[in-house]
Amino acid sequence: MTIPLVTLLGRMVLGFLAAAGAVIMFAGEAIRQGLRPPYYRQQIVRQMLEVGYYSLPVVGLTAIFTGMVLALQSYTGFARFSAESAIPNVVVVSLTRELGPVLAALMVAGRVGAAMAAEIGTMRVTEQIDALSTLSTDPLKYLVVPRLIAGVLTLPVLVLVADIIGVLGGYLVGVYKLDFNDSAYLRNTVDFVQFQDVFSGLVKAAVFGFLITLMGCYHGYTSKGGAQGVGMATTNAVVSASMLILTSNYFITEAFFAR
Amino acid sequence: MASPKISLRGVTKAFGAKQVLRGIDLDVAAAESVVVIGGSGTGKSVLLKCILGLIRPDAGSIKIDGVETVGLGDSGRKEVMRKFGMLFQGGALFDSLTVWENVAFGPIQSDGMAPAKAREVAIAKLGNVGLAPEIGELFPSELSGGMQKRVALARAIAREPEIIFFDEPTTGLDPIMADVINELIVKCVSDLGATAVSITHDMASARKIGHRIAMLYEGKLIWQGPVAEIDHSGNSHVEQFIHGRAEGPIQMQVRKL
Repeated sequence: MTIPLVTLLGRMVLGFLAAAGAVIMFAGEAIRQGLRPPYYRQQIVRQMLEVGYYSLPVVGLTAIFTGMVLALQSYTGFARFSAESAIPNVVVVSLTRELGPVLAALMVAGRVGAAMAAEIGTMRVTEQIDALSTLSTDPLKYLVVPRLIAGVLTLPVLVLVADIIGVLGGYLVGVYKLDFNDSAYLRNTVDFVQFQDVFSGLVKAAVFGFLITLMGCYHGYTSKGGAQGVGMATTNAVVSASMLILTSNYFITEAFFAR
Repeated sequence: MASPKISLRGVTKAFGAKQVLRGIDLDVAAAESVVVIGGSGTGKSVLLKCILGLIRPDAGSIKIDGVETVGLGDSGRKEVMRKFGMLFQGGALFDSLTVWENVAFGPIQSDGMAPAKAREVAIAKLGNVGLAPEIGELFPSELSGGMQKRVALARAIAREPEIIFFDEPTTGLDPIMADVINELIVKCVSDLGATAVSITHDMASARKIGHRIAMLYEGKLIWQGPVAEIDHSGNSHVEQFIHGRAEGPIQMQVRKL
């Protein structure tokens, strides 16, 4: 039996809309619960450590090599036009506006989003989420809200750190490999970067933090069917978070810089 | 019977095209222990989760202490939950918390008890189920299946609930440990004066912990009666089930209902 192309397309669109609707309802319910007491401070702190502090090594490593390769690549390009002096500017603007937030978010999606989906998914299939309800504890409030808060609050801090480490990477390559004057490199960087460059990156980071934790929690919370279901939830959490990061990145950029 | 602690009328629930519960009527008196028996996939767990409010029935009424609980809002639900304790089939212990934190979870998180006090309560409850205080420092993954069941039982009784639910309390345990758990259940329920609803397919367990037995088959309660009468039920489905015969009116469902 062959299914006409239009039918197939219709099914895909309907499926997508149903999934999007379910995610939005889930997010709405989580936010509604998050606004009302009790607040589980201990859980929030624990999740902030998990999302922020323990992600520092991987995000730092990503940032420093990105800064280094940016400096190196822009040198090979700009040297042809004798525009080497623009390298610090290119490095700092690319990092703060785009690469810092996006790469950090993608790394955190792989690390934290997957772990959240796996943990909450396992709790779902082993009835631990039902157990929370029977102990008069709202699972959304106890499991999901602290993770969302941690995501929104810590990702901007992580990205700020990534920005600084990334610029440092560019500086190292610029000064020790490309023979820039060290104070000139730093002055160029500081003079050129604008508040809006950094600020837009931090706004992105907060949005990405929400999306990563939302996807991790949603896919974990709705997973079913044992080990296979949890595995699928983990994959879906990372893939959907990555897609949402890249898509929303474009629109936030447009909102900030398009004129 | 005086006004029942739990009263179900015409409870139905379907998942998609699968009709799981087809109109359940059940009354449980205060301090009574009712055991619902039935084969795998007959909807026993769904019935329990409907009473608990974890699953919303499609139709029917579920009253706890005469108060309708179907369609209750967040705060009302929380109040009803306060009366409940539940022992899950797999224990459902929180694996990120130690044993005593698991037992003290309800008192600390929901009742706002100070951790130091809750810890004492937890250790006392662990004592009630025959576990030493040192066990409290371990994580659930470090315990055997039987010990996990005991911890789960301690957690279920930690807030001294009025109604306790047991989901297949003896499944996966050896016969001796199963009997130990059965005796603990009987003791805990009578100590608290609690009402108990259990689901099981273990007849030894059902006879031991129940005052009354109800059999669930194809989404309906086809027989109810005191434990003593189960052997003279006059119902061929019940006869087949309690004697564990493959031949009889109940045909094995290859697919889940």
